[in-house]
Amino acid sequence: MSELRYLLFLGCVIPYRISSYEISARKVLDKLGVELVEMPEFNCCGFPMDPVKHDLMLTLAARNLCLAEQQNLNIMALCNGCFGILNHVNKELKEDKKLKEKVNGYLKEIGMEFKGTITVKHLIHVLAQDVGFEKIKETVQKPLNQLRVAQHTGCHVVRPGKIVGFDDPENPSTLKKLIAVTGAECLDYMDEMECCGNPISGINSEIPLQLAREKLDHVRAVGAQALITVCPFCHMMYDLNQSRIERTFNEKFRIPVLHYPQLLGLAMGFSPDELALKQLRVDASKILTEVIAQR
Amino acid sequence: MSKNKETKGKETEKEMMVKLSDIDPKFKYEISKLPGAENVLLCFQCGTCTADCPIARFSDFYRPRKLIRMVQLGLKNKLLSNDVIWLCSTCFTCIDHCPQDVGIASIVRALRNLTVEGGTMPVVYKELASNILKTGYTYIISGLRLKKREDQGLPPLPKANLESVAKLFDVTGFSKTLEKERT
Ligand code: SF4
Ligand code: SF4
Repeated sequence: MSELRYLLFLGCVIPYRISSYEISARKVLDKLGVELVEMPEFNCCGFPMDPVKHDLMLTLAARNLCLAEQQNLNIMALCNGCFGILNHVNKELKEDKKLKEKVNGYLKEIGMEFKGTITVKHLIHVLAQDVGFEKIKETVQKPLNQLRVAQHTGCHVVRPGKIVGFDDPENPSTLKKLIAVTGAECLDYMDEMECCGNPISGINSEIPLQLAREKLDHVRAVGAQALITVCPFCHMMYDLNQSRIERTFNEKFRIPVLHYPQLLGLAMGFSPDELALKQLRVDASKILTEVIAQR
Repeated sequence: MSKNKETKGKETEKEMMVKLSDIDPKFKYEISKLPGAENVLLCFQCGTCTADCPIARFSDFYRPRKLIRMVQLGLKNKLLSNDVIWLCSTCFTCIDHCPQDVGIASIVRALRNLTVEGGTMPVVYKELASNILKTGYTYIISGLRLKKREDQGLPPLPKANLESVAKLFDVTGFSKTLEKERT
């Protein structure tokens, strides 16, 4: 297996609403020499079905893992939720013989078998561990030195710590380091690891809005010009819902929320259009003027 | 407002009263056999999970510590008819912070699964399940979106194998649960 070749697991949220993440991720990964292979016939990662039927989640996830095994390629996910569930199920099935037998019993009905031959990574693992900071630095042609941003790593890319085993779940630094490579300054703020709340949006719309309001408030308090995310689901909460949050709580935030690959892409010298910055709901032109003014 | 608080206080008192007939002493063992819930009996009620739970901060009702206590006490019926169990956002903060390695979020998931088996499923999950059956994806992605992908230079979205997906719904027994919901 060539080291920088992955099966791209797109998931559902990205093709449904957040194409800007996919467009920008493909651009920067290509520039970094990462080869993405399209994943044929994949289905929902399984995460949304765990609350109603654990076994259904297991088999939906396992089917995706089998597809990757058939191609002998590791999976790269862009979404925290997809990464979390696929990685968790992959590890559990590799370690727990009984569970593997049970799941393989189900999979037999669709002519598949889980073997345990691949690994699952998130975009930020690929960038930090496989591509490496040095190589990313080499591609940064227009460092974003005047820009001050805050980051939201999100939950499932680091928690549960015992299962993910990557970075410090209490105070993760990977995304901060990835931001530093672009030349932008990454500011600390209060409660950085607070959940976006989006998973319960379908049950209760108020609480996620309150959580997101608080996050934006903390980000604003330190003077960040933008918030950087690495998950389409978190991004929805802060970008797509930002005007709703402003209306509900009678506040003005206007904080642009960029996918990390958009930030990196700007530093690489891609144009805002190439990175689909126009697709963001919260206008990012103010920070872009600053970025461009520096050039 | 203070009046409101008082009534709320009274409700909670009433809610806290437990009749012996409400108790199912076997429930905690039933739960502890489910994946991730093995340590439910180890909870010593320190309250760390509730203190660190983002949902508990904004909800007047969602308290993970209390849910675990209710499992230990065997308040099965109260738990399985309680909307509150659907509020966990699965952030896994509690799992990382619990000193007794109690899989709180997995226990909440077990309670949800049992509730669904019992015939009550929140509408949103019915929708998501039906979307997955119809398209393989959690959301219905419109033809317009699919076309826009290609206009933007993105590769076409792969078609899911719907036959396989439906089969997985069948063999795990979830198709039956969905059918029951419909009738
Ligand atoms: S943190 Fe763990 S031990 Fe403490 S109350 Fe919660 S479940 Fe119980
Ligand atoms: S996983 Fe659920 S119960 Fe645990 S801290 Fe997060 S929202 Fe609260």
